[in-house]
Amino acid sequence: MTDWPILSTVTFLPLVGTFLILLIRDDSEAARRNIRNVALLTTVFTFILSIFIWVGFDNSNPGFQMVEQAEWLGGGVSYHMGVDGISMLFVILTTFLMPISILASWESIQTRVKAYMIAFLILETLMIGVFCALDLVLFYVFFEGGLIPMFIIIGVWGGKRRVYASFKFFLYTLLGSVLMLLAIMAMYWEAGTTDIPTLLAHSFPGNMQTWLWLAFFASFAVKMPMWPVHTWLPDAHVEAPTAGSVILAAILLKMGGYGFLRFSLPMFPEASLYFQPLVFALSVIAIVYTSLVALMQEDMKKLIAYSSVAHMGYVTMGIFAMNAQGIQGSLFQMLSHGLVSGALFLCVGVIYDRMHTREITAYGGLVNNMPKYAVAFLIFTMANVGLPGTSGFVGEFLTLIGVFKVNTWVALFAATGVILSASYALWLYRKIIFGALTKDSLKGLLDLSAREKTILYPLIVLTIFFGVYPAPVFDVTAASVQSLINNITASLDAAQAVAAN
Amino acid sequence: MYQAIVFLPLLGFLIVGLFGNSLGARASEYITSGFLVIAAVLSWVAFFSVGIGSTEAFTVPLLRFIDSGTLQSDWALRVDTLTVVMLVVVNTVSALVHIYSIGYMHHDPHRPRFFAYLSLFTFAMLMLVTSDNLVQMFFGWEGVGLASYLLIGFWYKRPSANAAAIKAFVVNRVGDFGFILGIAGVFLLFGSVNFDTIFATAASYVPVEGAVENTAVAFNFLGWDVDRAGALTVICLLLFMGAMGKSAQVPLHTWLPDAMEGPTPVSALIHAATMVTAGVFMLARLSPIFELSHTALLVVTFIGAITAFFAATVGLVQNDIKRVIAYSTCSQLGYMFVALGMGFYSAAIFHLFTHAFFKALLFLGSGSVIHAVSDEQDMRKMGGLKKLIPTTYWMMVIGTLALTGVGIPGTIIGTAGFFSKDAIVEGAFAGIGHNAVAGFAFTLLVIAAIFTSFYSWRLIFMTFHGKPRATADVMHHVHESPPVMLVPLFILAVGALMAGVVFHDQFVGEGYDAFWKTALYMLPENHILHEVHDVPLWVKLSPFIAMVIGFVVAYQFYIRKPETPKYLAAQHRGLYAFLLNKWYFDELYDFLFVRTAKRLGTFLWKKGDGAVIDGLGPDGVSAWVIDVTNRVVKLQTGYLYHYAFVMLIGVAALVTWMMLGSSF
Repeated sequence: MTDWPILSTVTFLPLVGTFLILLIRDDSEAARRNIRNVALLTTVFTFILSIFIWVGFDNSNPGFQMVEQAEWLGGGVSYHMGVDGISMLFVILTTFLMPISILASWESIQTRVKAYMIAFLILETLMIGVFCALDLVLFYVFFEGGLIPMFIIIGVWGGKRRVYASFKFFLYTLLGSVLMLLAIMAMYWEAGTTDIPTLLAHSFPGNMQTWLWLAFFASFAVKMPMWPVHTWLPDAHVEAPTAGSVILAAILLKMGGYGFLRFSLPMFPEASLYFQPLVFALSVIAIVYTSLVALMQEDMKKLIAYSSVAHMGYVTMGIFAMNAQGIQGSLFQMLSHGLVSGALFLCVGVIYDRMHTREITAYGGLVNNMPKYAVAFLIFTMANVGLPGTSGFVGEFLTLIGVFKVNTWVALFAATGVILSASYALWLYRKIIFGALTKDSLKGLLDLSAREKTILYPLIVLTIFFGVYPAPVFDVTAASVQSLINNITASLDAAQAVAAN
Repeated sequence: MYQAIVFLPLLGFLIVGLFGNSLGARASEYITSGFLVIAAVLSWVAFFSVGIGSTEAFTVPLLRFIDSGTLQSDWALRVDTLTVVMLVVVNTVSALVHIYSIGYMHHDPHRPRFFAYLSLFTFAMLMLVTSDNLVQMFFGWEGVGLASYLLIGFWYKRPSANAAAIKAFVVNRVGDFGFILGIAGVFLLFGSVNFDTIFATAASYVPVEGAVENTAVAFNFLGWDVDRAGALTVICLLLFMGAMGKSAQVPLHTWLPDAMEGPTPVSALIHAATMVTAGVFMLARLSPIFELSHTALLVVTFIGAITAFFAATVGLVQNDIKRVIAYSTCSQLGYMFVALGMGFYSAAIFHLFTHAFFKALLFLGSGSVIHAVSDEQDMRKMGGLKKLIPTTYWMMVIGTLALTGVGIPGTIIGTAGFFSKDAIVEGAFAGIGHNAVAGFAFTLLVIAAIFTSFYSWRLIFMTFHGKPRATADVMHHVHESPPVMLVPLFILAVGALMAGVVFHDQFVGEGYDAFWKTALYMLPENHILHEVHDVPLWVKLSPFIAMVIGFVVAYQFYIRKPETPKYLAAQHRGLYAFLLNKWYFDELYDFLFVRTAKRLGTFLWKKGDGAVIDGLGPDGVSAWVIDVTNRVVKLQTGYLYHYAFVMLIGVAALVTWMMLGSSF
């Protein structure tokens, strides 16, 4: 390994693009084109650079790698970056989806293009930062900072009810983040540092764990989102522009799951075990409840949003199963959901751009004039349903296997999601794609453009590739997940020994 | 060679799926059909090498799949006698169906898509039958489900086809719900999902005479602590649930008749010969664990017997030619499950093998009929076709002879069904004493055999005999199918006639051990192979007598006195409606599940999310916030997001201040 600070470079590279865009002053068509090009090039370049993180990553090392540390605020608060098997792939997922999001906004965003692209680039920096930060304060800054650009993206470029949606988004997240901030301060007073690797080795007293766990839980549960704090998500998705939905579903939702794995489980293992039944209950309710709700949706984006909540139910369930299959399954489910739900929102975007409506009943019979689109949509629908051979299956299957070991009731109810997801997803597909093409408004629609193919085809390839050959992902995550489980088991055993004395 | 058998169909799918439209329909047909013919020939080579020959079972490793912690499952091809039997069935029927479709579909503008789907289906089915672990099996299982979904909905402009496609997928998913939990249970109990490990561990569970039974808790299932035997029963029943969905057993059968919305070659391949038999294959493959759970086998027998009887009764009164055959398939699958329940795995697979030939023959034959009468499927609008399409007629008769099991009792002269179906009926009788529901099953199977014979001949008589009931215009256009459709029928007819005579010794006779080797497992105390030979004469004759009764009644009803059925239907209107409406299963499910789910969904959405969560949470709060801000700062811009933004900056400032303050 060289000493080149690759993580900081990847994290802050998008800001360079932001400055370049700021230099473009006027608002002509040519200027907008330049702005788009700069944004695209920046994100592509960031993605290419981020590949080197994976290349340089040592699968056998369970600890943090490519670590950078510098003085920052003093007093145990430093600028500390690093990745391990749990966080590394999220960085790649983020950098991979950014160029796609920029391309997805190519034609649909025509107003305030400059501000839009700047918001996205800043968002990228903040998102990557979340997954790389190894200091709680740094993490918190990235984690909460990400809200602002997203809030603006929904509030400015959103649909009709964008103000309501962005406000709801904000209220919910604020609620969680205030509690997390209190917890961070409490941890600082207890351990004297906000350095994550140090805190991971620190063992917090039992009753303190309970409160800290709850505070973190409030924040991550909203982000996930878990039932019953999920209602911001359908509204946010519906109102957000396509690329906003993609990033929201693919990356921002994953921060909750990542938070559970990075903080709740290893730092508060006793509390995690204590609250395991609560998380299971909420996860199962999320799966069954939101799947049923998804069945009745009339708005395409809402349906996919509700299905996201159900899929995140598998993630939380798997994480708190606290075994190798559960946690690896959850990680895989998060990565896969990032690809698949992102792709589904892009698919909705394709026809929304043409028709400017999200009503399911406005469509029907699109296979007749958009066969390529029909195939792409089918593959992502099947991945959403969890068909083996697509990436959607692997995570769902592993989390079920993992949770079955711990609690069969939970597995039983969660498995009903297998039936319900097929019902709502295929129903949606049928209403939009199949049938005769009878509506006049749809007759002139053209199939996927070259730009849309560039967006969707790589996602198809990855969805199938990781469905058939998921090994590269497991290779990356295995060591870190195993060491996480070992640490939890060790501290739980230690706590038990203390209690026994 | 085994890679070629499995992956040639995939290659065909990829080539035609990606480039079909530029290659053109003709090239697409030749590529997919050509690959399938090669695969079929190779399958027979494998059959003679591994089954008839003495090649030991082996595994061809391919690629890593899901490796997580102790869960290790890789892509691999497991080749033993059971596999090669399935390879032969799948690839032979698939190749013939591909060729047949060249003729049957030649008016259709979407032929490349059709052939791509057929090849995709074949590939998934091959992955299923060659799997060496449960995860790969589940991949194939769902893959065939996907192909079935696509092919049932092939004519996507028809709302009924789309509805049937979704129904098939969702009902199968109900079964998969059990399957996936079953896999989880297997992993928990055996610590592996690979067949070799599972079977080796299961072998150590075989109760040994005199040893103390192991009653230690194996795992906790839904609050009960189950011991090892209980755990096996739980697992087997969960896995069987998957089999019930795929193999259309009561109460998960409702999708199969609707699946007839797909093109007829699809019905022949997927919904008769191959996919629906996946459940039977699964139980035979897992015989080492099913054999250990007596309770599970009782349930299998019971469900199989009920299905065999139920589907046969419904078949009696259906008027759609394809639906009659569909119910017949459902019923015959019930026979196979009875055999499995008896621990008579070889008979189940034997019937699967012969059934593939004659049922595919019947379906493709009915396709030829439908083709001849301008896509009419209602038998009430047929009749008198014998003279006009004689070849099809004789092929259908051969299929019927095989299905009804015509043969000379006591000799080895007979059609395919004569050997395999009679073996099952006799096996059910032989099971009396070991299996509590064997007597019940035996009775239902014999009654179902009468019905089978009746509806099969009813189909022949209504379609080909009597006066033509079609319009003159349709009758004028009736024509025999082209050779490309008839040649597959000939080949299948040979199978329907000869498969029993040629192979019965290997499958269920003296050659059992040499043929099956270690592919099927039977407990040491399972002597069904011998007991079958010792059943009384009346038992051996019972299927034959049932077949004759069915034929005579059908002849009486539809040839000699064609007014009898109408009279009977009027006499027993309630019963007739009950059968015609398939025992009202669809109505019941719609009421119980579909509407309940929809109502619940609406309720949770509007009341749960809308009124309770939002009403008390964000909407309530924001209404309050808006109220306050409106009163206090009327001079401001009025855009909510500006306020939100200000609040956020405020929070950020607060955070910074607190952090800095606390660090000094």
